[in-house]
Formats: sequence, structure tokens, C-alpha cells
Amino acid sequence: MTTTVDPTENAAVPCAFCVAMRRVAGAVLPALTVVGVIVLIWYAGAYLMNRSITLDTAERRDVELTAGEVFADTMAQERPRLPAPHQVIAELWNTTAGEEMFRIRRGELRPNPRSLFFHAYQTLAPTILGFIIGSLAGLLLAIGIVHNRAMDLSVMPWAIASQTIPILAVAPIVIVVLNAVGLTGVVPKSLISAYLSFFPVVVGMVKGLRSPSAMDLDLLRTYSASASETLFKLRLPSSVPFLFASLKVGIAAALVGTIVAELPTGARFGLGARLLTGSYYGQTIQIWSALFMAAICAAALVALLGLAERITLRRMGLGA
Amino acid sequence: MSAELAGAVDTTPIAQPVVISAENLNLTFQTNDGPVHALKDVNLEINKGDFVSFIGPSGCGKTTFLRVIAALEQPTGGSVSVNGMTPDEARKARAYGYVFQAAGLYPWRTIEKNIKLPLEIMGFSAAEQEKRVKNVLQLVDLEGFGKKYPWQLSGGMQQRASIARALAFDADILLMDEPFGALDEIVRDRLNEELLKLWARTEKTIGFVTHSIPEAVYLSTKIVVMSPRPGRITDVIESDLPRERPLDIRDTPEFLALAHRVRDGLREGHAYDE
Repeated sequence: MTTTVDPTENAAVPCAFCVAMRRVAGAVLPALTVVGVIVLIWYAGAYLMNRSITLDTAERRDVELTAGEVFADTMAQERPRLPAPHQVIAELWNTTAGEEMFRIRRGELRPNPRSLFFHAYQTLAPTILGFIIGSLAGLLLAIGIVHNRAMDLSVMPWAIASQTIPILAVAPIVIVVLNAVGLTGVVPKSLISAYLSFFPVVVGMVKGLRSPSAMDLDLLRTYSASASETLFKLRLPSSVPFLFASLKVGIAAALVGTIVAELPTGARFGLGARLLTGSYYGQTIQIWSALFMAAICAAALVALLGLAERITLRRMGLGA
Repeated sequence: MSAELAGAVDTTPIAQPVVISAENLNLTFQTNDGPVHALKDVNLEINKGDFVSFIGPSGCGKTTFLRVIAALEQPTGGSVSVNGMTPDEARKARAYGYVFQAAGLYPWRTIEKNIKLPLEIMGFSAAEQEKRVKNVLQLVDLEGFGKKYPWQLSGGMQQRASIARALAFDADILLMDEPFGALDEIVRDRLNEELLKLWARTEKTIGFVTHSIPEAVYLSTKIVVMSPRPGRITDVIESDLPRERPLDIRDTPEFLALAHRVRDGLREGHAYDE
């Protein structure tokens, strides 16, 4: 059993492997530990919160349960107070991978309302439209505020006031008013998400557009540069890091806005609608899976913006 | 290269036209602690081709004076003319290039693109921009660095790039506000030497703010000594050093005598009071 091993390879390869493993372990292990702890706490919470239901049912049926049976039942209730993680994951799986996104109904290919993807799409489309409207409005307002003293004094207080109004109270009014003028579907939802997402962009971009130093501005003055040249050559480029930070906050706010817009208006489709019907019928598992889908969507949107940020900064020569 | 020759031979000052003149110039800032006299009754004439240094402690108005010439500050009394125009008109006529304390290069632009910034704003054609960038990069000895980003360059190289940017649109006057203040002495010496060569080659009129006595004496044909509270000129020294100045001129008795006079001027102005 003699195998010839190249001594240099023998010395180098395991070592490089060790280093790589150590690096992975260094980054991944703590993260996994945190996830593990959260899952454990969740299971413990599910057991504690669902136990009384199990015991009540057992008492009514007049059966004695062992501790193991009680635990097993708390993990598998149909309408638990707090569903266990695996129940939520199973529901997520069944309503996404387990359902066709489209099905044939009355001879037509229609989206399948049992698919969570369909509901996610119903929420994402107005979110993205609203985010685009909101960010553009926020950007334009910020440019106005930076260039015009009157706007600086008059717009900002209103922008702040707008965010103190509970969106839940305003949403039905907006939907009803827009319905009256014939606007239905995606537009009313997206206007509400725009309403929530413009604010972080205004605040961030006012800061960003004002970030150039006095010296940077003086330099352009010595060239007799116009306000628009100053905007495009100095203010906008130097505000890019601020822009992406506020866009990330803005897109998360836009998603919340759409879901909230679905709640008080009796929307039939969308993640908000799933939350609402779930709460009507005590379907906690459905509520939690809709919440998870919303979180996954938000994470994906923010990650996409993060990617756009990295590419943009690298193109500007600012990426490290 | 006749400019270089002329610069080398010309030791007796020929009467050159006045390009910058200040008459009874006053500038008072209103602050919460009452008015601050940044400049009081400043009178000065700068001739074409002069290298004028403004020296004095902080608060003596040297930077403010440079900024008034550049129309970055408005005087509250008296008048300034630049090339026979008001500073505002002069700026629009691209009379001067301004170099700040920090290089102030835009980090998202390459060196080349940074130098093109004024050219873009002033509407030069793309071909002309290319030509000028190449020209000034050569002038400040940065050939081959055009495609680099500012952070890839040392502090001294960045400041040279900012000088190139100020030279790109070929203004007759170069205003420099402590351009080498943030650099270490070795780099500063080399840049001073290069600046003199550049001045000889381009025949610009240079206004240079500094608080280093050796730097002022080494560079200047005229040294303006200023003192604070109120900001005013206490002495104007015409240098009789030759225009061609190797670094070791700083050990000659003539140089030391001039430096001594500057130091006396600063002391007279109570510049070292506190």
C-alpha cells in the first residue's frame, strides 16, 4: 500500500484547503448558530403557545396524553397559535412548488390563486411601479429643495407631515377616490407604495446633493458653471452612495405600502389579501407563510439594489 | 522655447502691464461676534508675469484677498480689477485658474476626466480637450497617469493633477491657495522647483498664498507680507533673486537676507503676538 505523493503538493494542498475551510467556518458558523438559536426559540415558543389548545382538546375528549404526545400535537395543529417552523416551510413549499402558477379555467389559461407566487406577483408589480414613481418624485423634490430656498422651507415640513399620517387610515380613502375616477387595479396600490417610498429618497438625496464640500462648489464657480452643470457634474455623482442607501429603505417601505394598501380594501389577491383571509379564518400557517414570502421578496429587492449599487460604484471607479 | 530663454536671461525687470490691481480694498464679514475686518485698505499692483506670494499668519486675509481676485468673495469697499475688468467679468472671460489647498479631484473621474472638467463646462470640442489634456499632463510631468483614478496617485501627484486642471483652459493668471500646505517638505521642495519651471515655460502671472517663509522667498518675484486684525499689507518686498533658481539658492546670503526681511515684516505686523 505505497502511494507516491508529491511532497510539495502534500504540503501545500491540505494547507490551502485548511485556510479556505477556516475562512468558511469563520463566516458561516456564527451565522448558522444565530439561525439555529432563533429556530430553537421558535420551536419552544410554538410548544408553549400551542400546549393549552392541545390540553383543552384532550380534556374534552377525555384522554390522557404523555408529554411526548403533547409535544407532537403542538407541532402539528391545524390552526396553531404559533405554527412551528417546519409547518410554515411546508406551507410555503406546497403553495409555491406544489401549485401550478397557471391553470385552465372555463377554457382559459388563468393565474392560479392558490399559488403564492401569483399573490407575490400581485403585490410585487404595484410595489415596483410605486417604488419607481416614489423614487422619481423623491429625487425631483430633493433637487428642488436643494436649489430653491422657498421649496426648502415649504416642502420638507409637508413631507414629514405626510409620513405621520397612518397609512392604514388613508389607504381606503385613496382607493375609493381613485375608484371613483375610474382607476383600479395596480395604480391605486402603487400610489400608496409611492407615498411611503418617496420620503426616504427625499431625505437621503437632500443630504446627498448637499454633500459636496464648499471647496468642490467653489471650484465650479471659478469655471462659471451653471446650476445644472453643478447638478450633473458634481451634486448627482457625489450623491450616488446616498441614493442607494435611501433606495434600499424606499423599496422596503414600498412593499409595506402595497401590503397595507391591500388590507383595508378587501383586495382578493396579493400578500396583503393572504394575510387578511388568513386572519379571518384563523389560518395562522397561511399568515406566516405570506409574511415569509413578503420578507423573501423584500430581501430579494434590497439585494438587487445592492447589486446595482456595486456595479454602479465600480463603473464610477469608487468600488474597492 | 523662446519663453524659457527669455526667462533665463531676463534679470532686469522690464515694465510689464499691470494685470491685477487693488485700490483701498476693504472686506468686512458680519459675524455673531461683531464685524471682522478680513481686509482693510489693501492697495496692491501685480504686473504681468509676476510670481507674487502672500504670506502671513492665519486670519491675515491672504486667502480672502485671493478669493476676492477670483470673485469668490465680494469686497465691501474699494475696487479690484483683473485684466482691466471686474473680478466677475474676469472670471467669465476665463482670466484665471484656481488651485485650492486640497487637490479636490472628483473621485469618480479619472485624472484625464478631471482635467477635462473645466473644458467640458467651457465648451471645448472633444478633439481640443484631448489635445489640451495631453499638453498639461506633460507640463506637470504626469504623462501616462491620465487613465488612473485620483486614489491611485500620491498626494503630491494629485496636487500636480489639480494644477494641470487649472492650466487646462490656458488662463493667464494662476491663483494658488496654499497648494502644497498638506504635503511633506521633500515633496513640497520638488513641487516648488517644478512650479518655477512651469512658470518660466508658461509665463503666467501667479498669485500664491503660503505661510512658509522659505517657500515664499524661493518662489516669488514679489512677496506681500500681511498681518491680521485687521487683515492688511505690512510690507511688499521685490525680490532681486535671478529668475532661474536652483534649490540650493536657499543657502546664499541674498536668499537669507530676503527671508530675514520677511520675518521682520511678520514681526512688525505683530503677527507673532499670541
